[in-house]
Amino acid sequence: MSKPVAVSDSDFDQIVLQSKTPVLVDFWAAWCGPCRMVAPVVEELAGEYAGKITMAKLNVDENPKTASQYSIMSIPTLLIFKKGAPVSNIVGFRPKAELKKTIDAVL
Amino acid sequence: MSAKREYEVVIIGGGPAGLTAGIYAARARLKSLLVEKGAAGGWIINAGVVENYPGFPDGVNGLELADAMQRQAVKFGLEMLTAEVNGIGLKGEQKILKTSEGDITARAVIVAGGSDRVKLGVPGEEEFTGRGVAYCAVCDGYFYRDVPVAVVGGGNAAMNEALELTKFASRVYVIHRRGELRATKILQERAFADKKIEFLWETVVEAIEGQDKVKRLRLKNVKTGKKSSLDISGVFVAVGFRPNTGYLKNMVALEDNGTIITNEKMETNVPGILAAGDIRSSSIRQVAAAVGDGAVAAVYAERYLAGK
Repeated sequence: MSKPVAVSDSDFDQIVLQSKTPVLVDFWAAWCGPCRMVAPVVEELAGEYAGKITMAKLNVDENPKTASQYSIMSIPTLLIFKKGAPVSNIVGFRPKAELKKTIDAVL
Repeated sequence: MSAKREYEVVIIGGGPAGLTAGIYAARARLKSLLVEKGAAGGWIINAGVVENYPGFPDGVNGLELADAMQRQAVKFGLEMLTAEVNGIGLKGEQKILKTSEGDITARAVIVAGGSDRVKLGVPGEEEFTGRGVAYCAVCDGYFYRDVPVAVVGGGNAAMNEALELTKFASRVYVIHRRGELRATKILQERAFADKKIEFLWETVVEAIEGQDKVKRLRLKNVKTGKKSSLDISGVFVAVGFRPNTGYLKNMVALEDNGTIITNEKMETNVPGILAAGDIRSSSIRQVAAAVGDGAVAAVYAERYLAGK
């Protein structure tokens, strides 16, 4: 079972931007309730989409540089990166079925 | 997911009402399932500190309270499923729930799906969501350090948002279409006493403008008709709630505002379908009330199952 990988300001380039497969990054923080709703869904998707898309989590409090670089102003935000660039932006909690549609459209 | 799933009680929604119903149903040794689309906790997980729930004189963090309620319910045997409910059908006395994870059969259903924030419905709101338009100050206040922000609304939610934002923002404008607040008095007192908060009365937002990010609001005074603009970096919308009853329209009797009509036993017009919490007509949208509703609903669900 594949799990979301924690990424930081220092390894964001290597793990997300240089990735051969698309990467979904879950921008979150400990104080954010709705982020807790998103986390288990992203975890399930990590298993279902193993090998097709990498699931990553970035704590905005500990990694402000990356969060501000992508102008994150609301959490949870999910950004899908393909070949180093964000191609899809999902703000707020969305049910799993809707996330799958968004992911499938990008893959 | 194709296995036949049958329960005595299915609870829709994992907020305080649903979790309390779950505690009571599980302790009544009913085979019980709670269906929640995200994480348990309901609206309080957005709320920061809950100050008015009895037993916590120093307040309790909404996330922690939600976690504790969930652990308590699961401890007694409540099953949890992450799924979205899209409809309820009847087959004799059985209730068939159509969910994103397949059909579930229940003998009794407790609808406790709460409500979601209403949007303002003005130009720019959709476009700038996540880039200056926000709906949760506890989540997003952090991103607005030392910049001016606005809160739209005049109820408890709006005052809580405004007070939370004073921790971060340089100035907090509260924009309210009436000349007075509906918020509870203690919140009004705190907001009026806060030097960072400024009130713009009898004023509505006509548009949210910016470039990449929100830069200003177009405002209109509803009394004088005078238009103005206000430079801000963020706008937090707290103008009300809409019950999550879209899928129940042709199933149970609803008020015009979409809330579910119940009697004092939390029963709807359909035998074996009950409702609890913020989704219910005349709800006061408080954790203490939701918890009471949940207990009442579970007890009368049990009596319904026992043939009254």
